[in-house]
Amino acid sequence: MSEATGPKRTALHDRHLAAGAKMVEFAGWDMPVRYGSELDEHRAVRNAAGLFDVSHMGEFRVRGSGALEFLQRMTPNNVAKLQPGRAHYSGLLTEEATYIDDLLVYQLAENDYLLVVNAANLDGNLEWLRSHPHPDCTIEDHSDRYALLALQGPKAVEILSRHTAEDLSAIRYYNFVQGTVAGVDCLLSRTGYTGEMGFELYLAPADAPAVWDALLASGEADGLLPAGLAARDSLRLEAGMALYGHEIDRQTTPYEANIGWVVKLRKGEFLGREVLRGQKRQGTEKKLIGFEIVGRGIARQGHAIHHQDAEVGIVTSGGWSPTFEKAIGTGYVPPELAAVDTELEIAVRKRRFTARVVELPFYRREDD
Amino acid sequence: MYSNELRYTENHEWLRIEDDICVIGITDYAQKELGDVVYIDLPEVGDSFDPEDAFGAIDSSKTSADVYTPLAGDVVEVNEALEDSPEVVNEDPHGKGWLIKLRFSDSAPLDSLMSAEQYQKSIEA
Repeated sequence: MSEATGPKRTALHDRHLAAGAKMVEFAGWDMPVRYGSELDEHRAVRNAAGLFDVSHMGEFRVRGSGALEFLQRMTPNNVAKLQPGRAHYSGLLTEEATYIDDLLVYQLAENDYLLVVNAANLDGNLEWLRSHPHPDCTIEDHSDRYALLALQGPKAVEILSRHTAEDLSAIRYYNFVQGTVAGVDCLLSRTGYTGEMGFELYLAPADAPAVWDALLASGEADGLLPAGLAARDSLRLEAGMALYGHEIDRQTTPYEANIGWVVKLRKGEFLGREVLRGQKRQGTEKKLIGFEIVGRGIARQGHAIHHQDAEVGIVTSGGWSPTFEKAIGTGYVPPELAAVDTELEIAVRKRRFTARVVELPFYRREDD
Repeated sequence: MYSNELRYTENHEWLRIEDDICVIGITDYAQKELGDVVYIDLPEVGDSFDPEDAFGAIDSSKTSADVYTPLAGDVVEVNEALEDSPEVVNEDPHGKGWLIKLRFSDSAPLDSLMSAEQYQKSIEA
């Protein structure tokens, strides 16, 4: 398959092939789903460290004297609370307050922001942002200027510190610095999608292979493994983090998805605010739950959730939790069935699995 | 990798014929596609199946897949060791990772199954 017609390749594509990764097409990219055992990769992140290539993520640069005003209107979190060196989690919402995407907003400098979005939604996001223009603000797609590595796990800081002069312990959660890693320019962000301590590294694609090699070589003795999309998904599910197309989509709002903390109703006007105000007052018709399967069976996205023989909801994510060694999942049910310990059933064709509502997140690291 | 003593299906099962008994498992290609196997749902001894019936399901950490029998027959043995050690399907898919043994009478469907060479070609395509 030629590069012109096939899925896109990250700057690390050769490294993945050389490592024997099983590749899959994901959001238009040829990405590693696993290098060996995805369970081993998952456990490496929980117990030591894992290195992910997530260069498929999109980056938009939003700049100009109107940038703050623009982002305040387009996202529910309070962008005025950011300052250079700080980032936050937010979303792009419709007027109905449903998700077009979730995203990170980094403030690089005054009037200068970087939005990090899902690859699958990149074109739609750009179109959405540009259909709500602000006269004093530009939006540029800088996705091809960045490779993105995620180094995650209890050993991540120790491994990364061998390759940078930055005082990593001084960088707090959702803060970042612009410095160097392995001798190349890099934005070091203390963020992640695994529930572990770690950093995400934004760097020029041409620099990515050398940084990838340096981190893997020096982390080998610490138990660092390259980790693929399969482990990334099981880690984020255990950590209770939403994935677009699963927990959040055009049918769900932040309050329904238990992400109400990103909604700052008092910051001023923004898209979806009226609907969210109503949901804040009156509650929502559905609520995201976490569940574990009691006994055998694994629930998957799209399976029906039953309660006392009536269909009451749908599974949004389901899989095996390597940490707890049981099947877990998320789904939407009416709020009255969302209480912890509520017993539900997952319908898989003619089979029924028993599920019990548990608290989200499934996993929280001990020093949090 | 793909032994001439086995026959292969388009759904990535292998079959080994021992007189009137057919042993069924999934191929190495299938286990690689599935990823780490965490549950295996197998029938009971004595269950009967028609050709093309799903006789069980395999859950990996990422996905679930049904497994089918091309032959009609009665289950005479299931691989109970997989209950506690499903990872054996990843480690030794053509050997210790077998799934069920079926007693069959009509061997005609075997003629339409793939040889090792044909199967190898089909997964490279």
